Amino acid sequence: MSNIIIEIKSLRKDYHVGEVTVHALRGVDMKIHEGEFVAIMGASGSGKSTMLNILGCLDKPSSGDYLLDGINVNTMNRDALAKLRNQKLGFVFQSYNLLARTTALENVELPLFYNSKIRSKERREAAINALEAVGLSDRMHHMPNQLSGGQQQRVAIARSLVNNPVLILADEPTGNLDTRTSIEIMDLFQDLNEKGRTIVYVTHEPDIARFATRNVMFRDGKIQRENYVTDRLNAKEILNTMPVEAIEEFDQ
Amino acid sequence: MNLKNLFRIAVRALVRNKLRAFLTMLGIIIGVASVIAMLAIGEGSKQNIRKEMSGMGTNMVMVMPNMQRRGGVSLGASSSMVLKYSDVLALRNEAASVSAVSPEVRASGQVIYTNQNTLTTIYGVSEEYLMIKKLEVGSGRIFNVNEVRSMSKVCLLGQTVVENLFGTGADPVGITIRIKNLPFLIIGVLKDKGESGMGQDQDDLILAPYTTVQRRLAAIDYINGIYASAVSEEKSAVAIAEVEEILRRTHKLKESAENDFRVMSQSELIETVSSITDMLTILLGAIAGISLLVGGIGIMNIMFVSVTERTREIGLRMSIGGRGSDILKQFLVESILLSILGGLLGIVFGYLIARGAGSLMSIVPIIKVQTVVLAFSVCFAIGVFFGWYPARKAANLNPIDALRYE
Repeated sequence: MSNIIIEIKSLRKDYHVGEVTVHALRGVDMKIHEGEFVAIMGASGSGKSTMLNILGCLDKPSSGDYLLDGINVNTMNRDALAKLRNQKLGFVFQSYNLLARTTALENVELPLFYNSKIRSKERREAAINALEAVGLSDRMHHMPNQLSGGQQQRVAIARSLVNNPVLILADEPTGNLDTRTSIEIMDLFQDLNEKGRTIVYVTHEPDIARFATRNVMFRDGKIQRENYVTDRLNAKEILNTMPVEAIEEFDQ
Repeated sequence: MNLKNLFRIAVRALVRNKLRAFLTMLGIIIGVASVIAMLAIGEGSKQNIRKEMSGMGTNMVMVMPNMQRRGGVSLGASSSMVLKYSDVLALRNEAASVSAVSPEVRASGQVIYTNQNTLTTIYGVSEEYLMIKKLEVGSGRIFNVNEVRSMSKVCLLGQTVVENLFGTGADPVGITIRIKNLPFLIIGVLKDKGESGMGQDQDDLILAPYTTVQRRLAAIDYINGIYASAVSEEKSAVAIAEVEEILRRTHKLKESAENDFRVMSQSELIETVSSITDMLTILLGAIAGISLLVGGIGIMNIMFVSVTERTREIGLRMSIGGRGSDILKQFLVESILLSILGGLLGIVFGYLIARGAGSLMSIVPIIKVQTVVLAFSVCFAIGVFFGWYPARKAANLNPIDALRYE
């Protein structure tokens, strides 16, 4: 088996809201290997988003261990975590979170600005490559408001790729998109995964989860079920069978 | 993130909200503009006064009678009779650090020529007076020793008197005028001297031999004052001490008695006036400083708004690797940029205000490099000081909370 990217042992996360303590995660064990394509599923309040935030080093667990690429994250301070996010992780959000009035290219460059080792020329090249990888090389100098939702999400994916991360984390990446665009994004993810990228995404749509290689179902802060996807969907095939009118409609 | 990119982000953020940025800067602009204008005008008028007063002779030493009191009773006018011509002689003979001495006897009276007349002051002086007071003869001559001794009815006119009696540009040398009904021959005209630092017309005067004024016009046996020149400006303090010592002796004052005269030097007067204008400048500057403070608070306020507005952006930046210090720097650069930009505009406006106000008050405003540097550094400090707290708040945000902020 390939390298273990994520190893989680009896992870717990408690929130204190006033005097009430909410147990968002109640002891989770999980391993994700390099090259996996994992969909985390569950109803709202199941702890899946909390899980993703902890995986992304945006939030710290209350107890338990989290090893990312062999490094124990729990002992790190804010700055070290920022560096980790900068160099090992890529984020994709449901609402894209692109900087307004900033070109696609500059949005993609952004993570590299926070890495002082990268020179401006390398930065630009890396951003152009990432945009090419998501098929947006002709939209580099467009502002987010000149792009469709799907294109904006592609820019966001390019941004998550630009630092060559060990892991891409996506929080409901298709949540704001229509069916066809959602499948296009999944197609992009499948392409990236085939090229060796490890991707973990959260979704509550069972159909979207079927594009992954493995599903992890959360319920009440615990993993309820974990399975390899047997009836995996291929985004390209689906796109090919979709009516052509729909494509034209989208292009306008 | 390097400074260049931080700067770019800050510029972009400000350009996005041009009007808001301008309104925020307004406080700083007004503050800096008023500081610059106040200091420029203050400095300009100080230089003005200095120049005019030194035009009157910086090494000039004046002796005036001192109003005397005996047992709480003012002796009034009689005490103003203490200075005699003998004092002048004593000073001339004994005071080593004094180079020229002249008595001054004042009489005021109507001066008549044909159908023109004017009221002016006639100064009875010796010929050294011109040198002491830095007066110059424009045409004609000054009276000589013989004319002084013989109480000759000769006089020199100031430009204002010439204008009033003969019209502008006239040269009345050789003409006889009547002063208090006595005929006086005009032997010279003084050069234009302009207004004094206090706004007094220095050309509205007539000079005549002190003997003539004393006996024929004022009919007194004392003199109103003594004017002398110290050998140099630095020696004026020594000269004052010397004059005081000699006059106490000639006035036969007891050890315990107060001086019945006052000695002042021009440089002392300049110091006094300068310190008054300095005080005023500081006071006005302080008031202007308060508006800088208010401007700074305005910046702090808008920085808080900016941080709140961009909470999600902060969250995103943190999630892709921005450290707290990066976020801190980003907002600090923005607030410093705001305040420095405001400062720059303020300097420009301040200069224009100083120019405008200066031309109204006929003062050439002087903007010192130190003032500009000071204004600049104060603006920088304001940017850092008032930007720090909002920037700190942004830097301490929890990335996950910031990302979820609606």
